[in-house]
Amino acid sequence: MLDTAAKLADPDAVFVTLVRAHHDLSPEESRRLDAALVLLLANHIGDAAVLEQAIEHARRAVCAPTGATEDQGTPP
Amino acid sequence: MPTIYTNPRFPFRRPPELDGKGGSARVVIVGAGLVGLTLALDLARHGIASVVLDDDDTVSFGSRAICFAKRSLEIYDRLGLGQKLLDKGVTWKVGKVFFGSSLTYAFDLLPEGGHRMPAFVNLQQYYLEEWLVEACIETGLIDLRWKSRVVSVDPRDDGVRLDVETPEGAYVLEAEWLAACDGARSTVREALGLPFVGQVFRDRFLIADIVLKTEVPFPTERWFWFDPPFHPGQSVLLHKQPDGVWRIDFQLGWEADPEEEKRPERVAPRIRAMLGRDVVFDLEWVSVYTFRCRRLERFRHGRIFFVGDSAHQVSPFGARGGNGGIQDADNLAWKLAAVLKGMAPDGLLDSYDAERIPATDENILHSTRATDFITPKTEAARAYRDAALLLAREHAFAREMVNSGRLSLPHSYAASPLSTPDSDAWAGGPPPGAPCVDAPLADGFLLNRLGNDPVLLRFGDGITGSLPGLHTVTVPSEGVAADRYAASAGTAYLVRPDQHVAARFRTPSTDCLAAALARLYGRAAVEAAREAA
Repeated sequence: MLDTAAKLADPDAVFVTLVRAHHDLSPEESRRLDAALVLLLANHIGDAAVLEQAIEHARRAVCAPTGATEDQGTPP
Repeated sequence: MPTIYTNPRFPFRRPPELDGKGGSARVVIVGAGLVGLTLALDLARHGIASVVLDDDDTVSFGSRAICFAKRSLEIYDRLGLGQKLLDKGVTWKVGKVFFGSSLTYAFDLLPEGGHRMPAFVNLQQYYLEEWLVEACIETGLIDLRWKSRVVSVDPRDDGVRLDVETPEGAYVLEAEWLAACDGARSTVREALGLPFVGQVFRDRFLIADIVLKTEVPFPTERWFWFDPPFHPGQSVLLHKQPDGVWRIDFQLGWEADPEEEKRPERVAPRIRAMLGRDVVFDLEWVSVYTFRCRRLERFRHGRIFFVGDSAHQVSPFGARGGNGGIQDADNLAWKLAAVLKGMAPDGLLDSYDAERIPATDENILHSTRATDFITPKTEAARAYRDAALLLAREHAFAREMVNSGRLSLPHSYAASPLSTPDSDAWAGGPPPGAPCVDAPLADGFLLNRLGNDPVLLRFGDGITGSLPGLHTVTVPSEGVAADRYAASAGTAYLVRPDQHVAARFRTPSTDCLAAALARLYGRAAVEAAREAA
């Protein structure tokens, strides 16, 4: 089972670490860095079912039609 | 512009120095802004008189700092202004984050009840400054000198010599202690030639304070948009203030022309794009700013203290500028008062650096991270930011990564030399260095019982240990207060004059209380040195 509970003690620091990892890289290197990271973490997890669930969540987040919710973020 | 508020003009009064009298003061504060006035009032609450010099004769122009965090509200409550802030200010605790045209998530900053003060109150800075001036005058201890410009600063071993210019002539003022509360462009800092370095952010923001003439049923919440349809590619922040004033921050990007962007013809279409084509409003205040994160290496320089923006600057995301300065004043006032009254050695004042520099670094860290999140510097950074925002709709873990400003929480002086480390086992409660947490009591709120002096906060009767002269507050050993302090019958907290925890004991003895109190006033080090000698 993919565990989506918040687990990081300092999420801001982890976010900064990920962004910093791309420092000075070309766009192509940047794409490859992310791919390498995913492969390393997938191997660390070591569970194809969990990986598939993660892919499903990620696709749902990225491919969801925007503006679909009722709240438009502007005053009524 | 502006229509809501007319700045008061405070009279210049001829100081005695111009007629060959006076010439010295124990404490001189440079700058009668938010921080300088707060420090003067706090010192007066400890019985210490001060002279306050300001080159202007009024309070701040424009609303400026507007978000007063819970800890600041508790400090002003201790100083006697809390109720005014609650009555006039706009109380809020809910924030919403939008990405594109949809709501990503909402957060509640204070889900727990039983606190006198809310998470935040929004209020124009000029109101608070005006009340501070009135409160300062009421003390009878504060000599407010308007139209008095410091033109030179001469630090000496036993004080500071100032040259002051006024409309009726110049004079010399000798100060035993000087507090530079003169803002980001501090004259005192420049006179001392102290480097003030840090990171400049390559971005510009437009602040517009508007008064709506059209009814807009809009909730009292903090709303933050990433990349909204009405301002594509940038961020927007909306806050409500008293008097029907709305604060809108538009991110503009580095290429924007500040003078051009300030023109009302330029600002109005941005507001209509956001609030609707037919909305009628007055522009109350407009400003375009860039920001930087930086601080002085040290805030104490002998007899001179840097307090507030003169010591440090942060980006506005997280409301850490004004709130940080207020906490500086709160930290310095009781220490300076104790030294002036002979209750503590000079060394106590070094703890202002030991406590406020880590607090400042925490503020700089959070405001830098927020700024980097809001203004991604690379394509990769933008992709990570957008991914966090997209995941945040469904996943709480991603909400913790979305950073539109980590809103100012009170700093805990975790490594303070004034704190006595725990020797008992604790499952919760504020640890040494943390600010006391509020709780409801039968007849009011806990923090209101603590006052301006050190206090022994005891839970239940039949307590061991006591100290003559130490004020004691006793609360029930069962109930909300006891729960929040992880207390049982017999527990005692030694509380500092700034209402942070100095020490806590399950079963205090007179000896350990005396040792903790000596440590709080910086006397432990002096006594140890004497014994060694």
